[in-house]
Amino acid sequence: MNSKATAAKKRAPTGKSKPQNSNRIMKGRDILVRALEDAGVEVIFGYPGGASMEIHQGLTLSKKIRMVLPRHEQGGAFAAGGYARSTGKVGVCLATSGPGAVNLLTGIIDAKMDSIPLVAITGQVPSTVLGTDAFQETDIIGATFPLVKHSYLVSDIRDIPKVVQEAFVIAATGRPGPVLIDLPKNIQQQETVPDFNVKFDCPSYKPNLQPSSMQIKKAVHAIKEAKRPLIYAGGGIISSHASKELRAFVKKTGIPITTTVMGLGAYPSEDPLSLRMLGMHGAVYANIAINNADLVIALGVRFDDRVTGKLSEFCKDAKFIHVDIDPSEINKNIIVDIPIQGDVKRALKMMGDLAEPKKDMKPWLDQVKAWKQEFPLKYELNPKAIVPQHVISELNKLAEKNAVVSVGVGQHQMWAAQYWNFDEPFNWLCSSGLGAMGFGLPGAMGAQVAHPNRQVINIEGDGSFLMNIQELQTLKIENIPVKNVVLNNAHLGMVAQWEDRFYKSLRGHTFLGDAHFAEIAHAFGIKSESISKPEEVVPALKRMLKHKGPYVLDVKYPYNDKSMGHVMPMIPANHSYLDTILDAKQNLREYWKKKGVLPQ
Amino acid sequence: MQHTISVLVVNRFGVLSRISGLFSGRGFNIESLNVAETSDSDISRMTIVTIGDDSKIEQITKQLNKLVDVIKVVDLTEEKFVDRELILVKMNAETRVREEILRIVEIFRAKVVDVSAQTYTLEMTGDESKIKGFLELLRPLGIKELVRSGRIAVSRGTKSIH
Repeated sequence: MNSKATAAKKRAPTGKSKPQNSNRIMKGRDILVRALEDAGVEVIFGYPGGASMEIHQGLTLSKKIRMVLPRHEQGGAFAAGGYARSTGKVGVCLATSGPGAVNLLTGIIDAKMDSIPLVAITGQVPSTVLGTDAFQETDIIGATFPLVKHSYLVSDIRDIPKVVQEAFVIAATGRPGPVLIDLPKNIQQQETVPDFNVKFDCPSYKPNLQPSSMQIKKAVHAIKEAKRPLIYAGGGIISSHASKELRAFVKKTGIPITTTVMGLGAYPSEDPLSLRMLGMHGAVYANIAINNADLVIALGVRFDDRVTGKLSEFCKDAKFIHVDIDPSEINKNIIVDIPIQGDVKRALKMMGDLAEPKKDMKPWLDQVKAWKQEFPLKYELNPKAIVPQHVISELNKLAEKNAVVSVGVGQHQMWAAQYWNFDEPFNWLCSSGLGAMGFGLPGAMGAQVAHPNRQVINIEGDGSFLMNIQELQTLKIENIPVKNVVLNNAHLGMVAQWEDRFYKSLRGHTFLGDAHFAEIAHAFGIKSESISKPEEVVPALKRMLKHKGPYVLDVKYPYNDKSMGHVMPMIPANHSYLDTILDAKQNLREYWKKKGVLPQ
Repeated sequence: MQHTISVLVVNRFGVLSRISGLFSGRGFNIESLNVAETSDSDISRMTIVTIGDDSKIEQITKQLNKLVDVIKVVDLTEEKFVDRELILVKMNAETRVREEILRIVEIFRAKVVDVSAQTYTLEMTGDESKIKGFLELLRPLGIKELVRSGRIAVSRGTKSIH
């Protein structure tokens, strides 16, 4: 694997290499493989079938591309997403026509929602029978129109090099996203003398990267005038590799910063100016701060409802600067005062050059610091049962500094977002916009393939883990040493939490029942352990991290239907920050009324 | 408010689905949609008539621009433009109304393009208000079938979107 990866890295990246033509007759499948090699592809997560096995025959002969066989196409698509999220490079998945292609959909939408560069390749029935409801025929191009950034149905073997090259450029540039290539089987089997000397020529695709210097000046002026500025940074910082510029900008100006769930890692969580994550389950102080700011500097974010809550109440007194590569994000949910369309990396560099250190912010910084002290993220330990937040905190202490963390979707995901301390970008893999359960294990698998020598940890809930548990076999057979921690409370905890809050704890099919995940892992040949006592947590985590291969640690704890079993704090959907549920007793509005911060 | 938007697209498989899907997926209205090749056979032009407030129209044009196959989007409504629609109407033309139909055709400078013992087929081009007026007069006389092309439009003066 390493030799393949190194060989691929040595090749010049897309667009810069000058592929040589050999004037040799090649099959369509081999032209595809060669074009993928030229695009710098190191690994593909692919599951064969009738309409794609021809491509696998080509790939199995490739010396540059590693093939990983997931045990379900959805696992393959998520693994490609995990690869992309942990590297910033394009992830690639491959499936056969019909059911194989359809099984990729969740992973494709996930990449669309979180702007992850992904190329999905599907085999298709021969073009001669397209449209006849042939065996395993599905109109995957039609099915994915709203889910992809772009897609191609290859109808001419000579188009393969150009289509592949375009797909990789489109997936990776501008606002990244998924691109689908559908390749009929007869074209995979046809032969021609291919021309690999293709140049990117797509006049209708020209994302503008350069921010307007006029708008930048306006922004710098607004920053100068602001008394209570706050940075709200998101996934755009990660995808444009702008973390360094963001840190320099914060350091120079001294403005405090909060990030979205997609932005975790853009800025060190524990820095004094960091307010960690904001939003529905964000830090109370982050939500208070943004709603009391007079200037919100929004960088690579999309004002998602999980961040803003009730839009008409969000940041009522603030001016907005909004930097985004995607013009359609600007003024979509919030009308902003200073829109800046362009690459956030360039915008931060330009603003950083012009901005001066803020010297008049002491009252604001003191206030923010006071909020941080008054409303820390906290959980209670229980001498009788394991507390999941505690597992995450302890794991964070024991793990390597640059460990990659992948999560499923639910309570465990939010607890990981709250309690893990992030230092660097690309170390946090989280299906955020789509919220796709089952992402954690295959996501971690993709990241571990990209980083064979780093610690990759999958923090899962039991429901989420079950959704792609078949990938344990992939971990075992391919020796992908992902460490899986299953926070197992036998419930769909997040939905149960909403039942407790809003439906008088009436259980509507949110009880899963216990499963012995250690035994399941054992059946796959994976080292595992099950714990249920608080004192077992640290030693078990240590044993897991010390183990060389893949590992499953099943952490059993009871579901608790009171606040201590819930993800806290919580702003109920479509409410304002004042409605933040602080604990079982009160919300922020009531608390502030008692304290006299708000009038009675 | 009603907007008339011209969209230049790459003349390629699936482009109409991408655009119509965008409108339905995001809950945008389509009043009418017309598409055909331009003078360059690699490029098609769509004329989309839609309704929405300013922020909706801003989203529509931005989302259209995001599609890789879309070359250019111009909201013609922002300036002066000429718009036309072509209609074909098959009329029940019994003896007692034959004269009346022909009178209306003459007033609106429409054409009779097909005749049978029981029917006239009429052709007319015009902007929305002319077509509306024409159809209002014909309706009581018995419309058997009506086909409309959807609006096409071009800006006035020397400006061109190419």
